[in-house]
Amino acid sequence: MIVQRLAGRLGLSELAFVAIVAGLAVLVPLANLTMPEGSLLHVSNASVVLFGKWMCYALLALSLDLVWGYCGILSLGHGAFFALGGYAMGMYLMRTIGTRGVYGNALLPDFMVFLNWKELPFTWYFFDWFGYAALMVMLVPGILAFVLGWFAFRSRVTGVYLSIITQAVTYALQLAFFRNDMGFGGNNGLTDFKDILGFQVQAQSTRAALFALSALALLGGFAAAKAIVSSKLGLVLVAIRDAETRTRFIGYRVEHYKLFVFVVSAVMAGIAGALYVPQVGIINPSEFSPANSIEAVIWVAVGGRGTLVGAALGAVLVNAAKTWLTAALPTLWLFVLGALFILVTLFLPRGIVGTFGAKFLGRRGTK
Amino acid sequence: MNAGRTTDALLYLDGVSVSFDGFKALNQLALLIAPGEMRAIVGPNGAGKTTMMDVITGKTRPDTGDVLFDGGRHDLTRLDEATIAELGIGRKFQKPTVFESHTVEDNLRLALKAPRSVFPTLAARRTAEEKARLDELFATVKLDAQRRTQAGGLSHGQKQWLEIGMLLAQDPALLLVDEPVAGMTDAETFETAELLKRINRTHSVVVVEHDMAFVRELGVKVTVLHEGSVLAEGTIDQVSADQRVVEVYLGR
Repeated sequence: MIVQRLAGRLGLSELAFVAIVAGLAVLVPLANLTMPEGSLLHVSNASVVLFGKWMCYALLALSLDLVWGYCGILSLGHGAFFALGGYAMGMYLMRTIGTRGVYGNALLPDFMVFLNWKELPFTWYFFDWFGYAALMVMLVPGILAFVLGWFAFRSRVTGVYLSIITQAVTYALQLAFFRNDMGFGGNNGLTDFKDILGFQVQAQSTRAALFALSALALLGGFAAAKAIVSSKLGLVLVAIRDAETRTRFIGYRVEHYKLFVFVVSAVMAGIAGALYVPQVGIINPSEFSPANSIEAVIWVAVGGRGTLVGAALGAVLVNAAKTWLTAALPTLWLFVLGALFILVTLFLPRGIVGTFGAKFLGRRGTK
Repeated sequence: MNAGRTTDALLYLDGVSVSFDGFKALNQLALLIAPGEMRAIVGPNGAGKTTMMDVITGKTRPDTGDVLFDGGRHDLTRLDEATIAELGIGRKFQKPTVFESHTVEDNLRLALKAPRSVFPTLAARRTAEEKARLDELFATVKLDAQRRTQAGGLSHGQKQWLEIGMLLAQDPALLLVDEPVAGMTDAETFETAELLKRINRTHSVVVVEHDMAFVRELGVKVTVLHEGSVLAEGTIDQVSADQRVVEVYLGR
């Protein structure tokens, strides 16, 4: 019933998005696993991982669009939620290594043995159990967003001040995670994963499955976000974005709405990070880097904020350009990224989908 | 709760002072609005009209004084904007403020009296009752033809009416209306006066306005503010004959 209600509200570009992502979730693994190498239809192993990363980035962009595009909260620290979800998954992957580590310690991950630690820190308890780790993937970013949002929104911190605070939070976390005594692998982070739920992380079938799961997570994130923005609550979010004081004076407690959408968004970003880590095989403090969060903002701006599908599209397009350019002209990439942001702001302020796809967006897309 | 300060007034302000960096925006202001009353508040720029609205709606906390609502049942100085709005005080801003990227209908729908907290709003469905209320409102503010128009595309006067419609949608006991006819044509001004009179049949209204012709058109009791306190009160003829009012307005 919910599916039906949602489908009735989708516009052409949204239906296309759902069809394409669902199609990729099936076809990419098939083409990778069943087509012979050298065939035109074969998708290489490296491409599966690359596409899987893009799916995770698209989900991160979607989560950012939910708060920025619809509620006007420009978070410059969304990478922190992504990274925290990634670390939670990474901790599960570390604990499943067990005796196969270099030091063969059944309980302690290698870096702890190397640091001469004798006991597992309490933060690592239960992470050998996947269900607990999966819960933490959502809970840790969610709680951070709740605490941060609680104080910031209640004190009516808005606009650029809020952006700066979120940026500072991700930077502070980066510095904290760099420290060895934080107990999360310091500089090197977590890596050398062996298996996930009993499947070898390196195995091609596992990678194909992870890709498919990432695509499904993107679809799930889209469905959740679309359900939120097309509800009456979605109307309130846009009302807050466009006229916060007016919204307050007709009786909506603005800070509660912001808090709700901020937490939902952080949880989505955390899930994206958790799917990302087993595919790339490593998580380290550089994922908290402020530049990462800013890059995510650029994806959303390029694709079109307040459109959801645009955010996902922007993430894929910009990362495709990055993959190609960092190989072809590595020194130019950052200039291109900067120029892209300026050009989009000047000439396509509503992004690709906002400009060209608005009439295909269906009910309650952006104007 | 507020024993000893009982009053029959819908809105009761007494001894209210607010200062910003030493500037006294309100100075021992006292004002009583009876249930069902419509009152016009006039005064030159800087007389404290908007600050008074801010105090009543919870945007600004007064330094001293009592601000009581609904026969003294609620102390407005302790409540925030959203709570005060839910108690039944609606406010229209000087500059028309509507949700520009929503349709006119969605603007009114958001303002309709309904649970305001997050989860009921997330689960809210369109109901027949809601539609009936909306139809009623559209008839009152005469924007039926613009129902599906984006509010950003309305004319200035239409936005003013939409905002008044949004106030009505909340069904407040008291409407505070800040300069409703600023920037309106004569015909629109007349329409607005009629609209406010119609509204006043079922709601109490406080209108802040510069336009004397409009205030005369309303034909209600007038309060003149000057330097944050009440200078004169009475019919429009009485106050415009008052020597001090003439001085303040003409700067003599």
